[in-house]
Amino acid sequence: MSSRTALAEPRGVRWLLIALTLGFLAVFLLLPLIVVFAQAFEHGLATFLRAFADPDTRASIKLTLLTAAVAVPLNSVFGIAAAWAVAKFEFRGKTFLVTLIDLPFSVSPVISGLVFVLLFGAQGYFGPWLASHNIRLLFAVPGMTLATMFVTFPFVARALIPLMQEQGTQEEEAAISLGASGLQTFFRVTLPNVKWGVLYGVLLCNARAMGEFGAVSVVSGHIRGETNTMPLLVEILYNEYQFVASFAIASLLAMLALVTLIAKTVLERHLDEGKPSHDH
Amino acid sequence: MTIEVRNLFKKFGAFAALDGVDLRVADGELLALLGPSGSGKTTLLRIIAGLDWPDSGELLFDDEDALLRNASERHVGFVFQHYALFRHMSVFENVAFGLRVQPRAIRKDETAIRARVKELLDLVQLDWLSNRYPSQLSGGQRQRIALARALAIEPRILLLDEPFGALDAKVRKELRQWLRSLHQEINVTSIFVTHDQEEALEVANRIVVMDKGRIEQIGTPAEVYDSPASAFVHSFIGESIELPVQVGDGGVQLGGERLDIAHDGVRPGASRLFVRRHDMQVGPAGAGALQGEITHVRSLGSAQRAEVVLSHGKTVIEIDAPRDRELRPGEIIGLNPRRYRIFAAPE
Repeated sequence: MSSRTALAEPRGVRWLLIALTLGFLAVFLLLPLIVVFAQAFEHGLATFLRAFADPDTRASIKLTLLTAAVAVPLNSVFGIAAAWAVAKFEFRGKTFLVTLIDLPFSVSPVISGLVFVLLFGAQGYFGPWLASHNIRLLFAVPGMTLATMFVTFPFVARALIPLMQEQGTQEEEAAISLGASGLQTFFRVTLPNVKWGVLYGVLLCNARAMGEFGAVSVVSGHIRGETNTMPLLVEILYNEYQFVASFAIASLLAMLALVTLIAKTVLERHLDEGKPSHDH
Repeated sequence: MTIEVRNLFKKFGAFAALDGVDLRVADGELLALLGPSGSGKTTLLRIIAGLDWPDSGELLFDDEDALLRNASERHVGFVFQHYALFRHMSVFENVAFGLRVQPRAIRKDETAIRARVKELLDLVQLDWLSNRYPSQLSGGQRQRIALARALAIEPRILLLDEPFGALDAKVRKELRQWLRSLHQEINVTSIFVTHDQEEALEVANRIVVMDKGRIEQIGTPAEVYDSPASAFVHSFIGESIELPVQVGDGGVQLGGERLDIAHDGVRPGASRLFVRRHDMQVGPAGAGALQGEITHVRSLGSAQRAEVVLSHGKTVIEIDAPRDRELRPGEIIGLNPRRYRIFAAPE
C-alpha cells in the first residue's frame, strides 16, 4: 500500500466526494460563467462591441469606476486605521468596535441603501437641510458612493486585523526604542509589514464596490446615463429584452471577477510569507 | 551612565508586577535581573526602556528624570527576546534603521551610515550576512543582528530581555561569553533579564534577584550564591537541600530530634534549614549533626552524588561529595553541614 494515512477513506468515498464537489462547481459556477459569455457573443463580436458604443453603457462604466475610485481609497484608509487601533492598542469597547466593523456584512445591502434614504431623502432627517443648501446626495453620485462605501467598509479592516494581531507590537517597540517617531514607525515598519494584506483587502473591496447592486440600486433612482452603474444597467437592459447588450456588460463584470480571483491567489501566497515565523 | 530606580510600583489589573523597587546601577556595569517568570524583571526593564510606564516612583538617568522622556528620546538600546527584527528589511537595513530615522539635522549621510553599519556588523562578526533577510538567519545570528541594531544608535544604556532564552544550549553558552567580552569592549551600562541562574552567575558583575515584584537581594555572583539573603534566594540560586526544622529553646530540631547546630539567630518557631549539596560533609556513622543511610550513588565526574535517607524524619536528600572517600549504598553515614542558613518559614 502506498500512501495510507490515518485519514485515508475508502477509495469510493473519496471519488464520490470529489465528483460531488466538481459537479456542484460545474453547475453553479462554471456553467453560468459560460452562459454569460455565450449570450454576450451570441450575435458575433460586432454586436458585442456595439453594446459598448452606447453612451448609456459608457456612462455606466465611468460611474462604476468613479464610485470605486472614491470608495476604495477611503475605505483603505479607514480600514488601516481601524485595524491599527484594534490590533496594536488596548482600550475599552474593542470587541464592540470589531463587531461594528462587521455590521455591513450582516445587514442586507438593500437595508443599507434604505438607511441612506431615511437619512438623506426628501422626508429624511437631513433631507430638508440638504435641500435648503442645494446639496443632492440621493439619486446622485455622492449617495451612490456613500452606499458603496458603507457596504464595502469591512474588507480592508477584516484582512488586516488578524494579520496585525499575529505580528504583535514588538517590531514597533523596537522601532521606537531606536528613536523613530510614531509616523516613521507606521510608514517604515507597520505598513510595509502588512502591504500584501492591504492589497488583498483592496482587491476584495474593489470587486465588491464595482459589483454592488442592492444598496446602490435603492439610492440610485435609475436615471439613465447618470446614476446607473454597470450592475444596475445589466438589470435594466435585461428587463428591456436587450440580452446581448446586457450580457456584454455582465461579461465585463465576470471578467473582473476572474482577474480578482487570480490576483487573490497570487496575493495569498505573499500573505503567507508575511506571517511571523514560529521557528524560534 | 548611572540608572537609579526609586520606589517603583506597577500594576496590571490586580496583579502587582512591581511592588516597591529601589535599585542603583553604576556606570559601565553589567547587571543581571534574575527571577522566575512573573517576578517583575521584564516589567522593570521595559519601564527603564520607556516601553511601559510605572504607576508611581522615580527613574533617573545620571540624576535626570527619565520619565519625562518617551522611549524614542531615551537613547536606550533594547534587545528583545524574540529579536523583533524588521522582517521586510535586509540585515543591513535593520542595523541602519536607527541611523536613518534620526532628525535631518543630525542624520549622517549615506556614506557614513554605510561605514557605521559595516563597523557594527564586523563587531558582531556577521558582515557576510548583510544582504540576507531575518527569516534566512539562525536564532543566534538574529540575536547578534538585533544587538548590532541596538548599538547603532550609540545607546547610553543597553537593555536585553532574556537575550538567549530562545536559543539552544550550545549557542547560548557561546553567546554568553561573547556578550561578556563585548561588554568589556564597549563598556556601556547594561542590564539583562534572565530566569537562568547559571547565565546570571556567569555573565553579570552584579545580580539582582527578584520575586513577586520585589527585590530579594542585590550582590555579586559570589555574594548571592554564598550568602543568600532569604529562603527564596537560597532555593532559587544553586541547588539546595531544604529541611523543615523547629527553632526553640532546645536549639534546632528536625523531626522532633535535636540537631547539633547553632540556630543562627533565627527567632523561635517553624523554620527552614538550607545547605548546599556540596557543603554536606560526610563522616563516619555517629559523627555529625545528621545521620542517614545511603540508598543510591551516582558519579558526576569530578564528584559523586549520593541519595541519603535521613534518620531524622525519614527525609530523602541528595548530597555531592568528593571522590576521595568511596560511598556505597547501604552504608550508614554521619553528615555535618559545613555551611548552612536557617530562615524563618513564611507565615
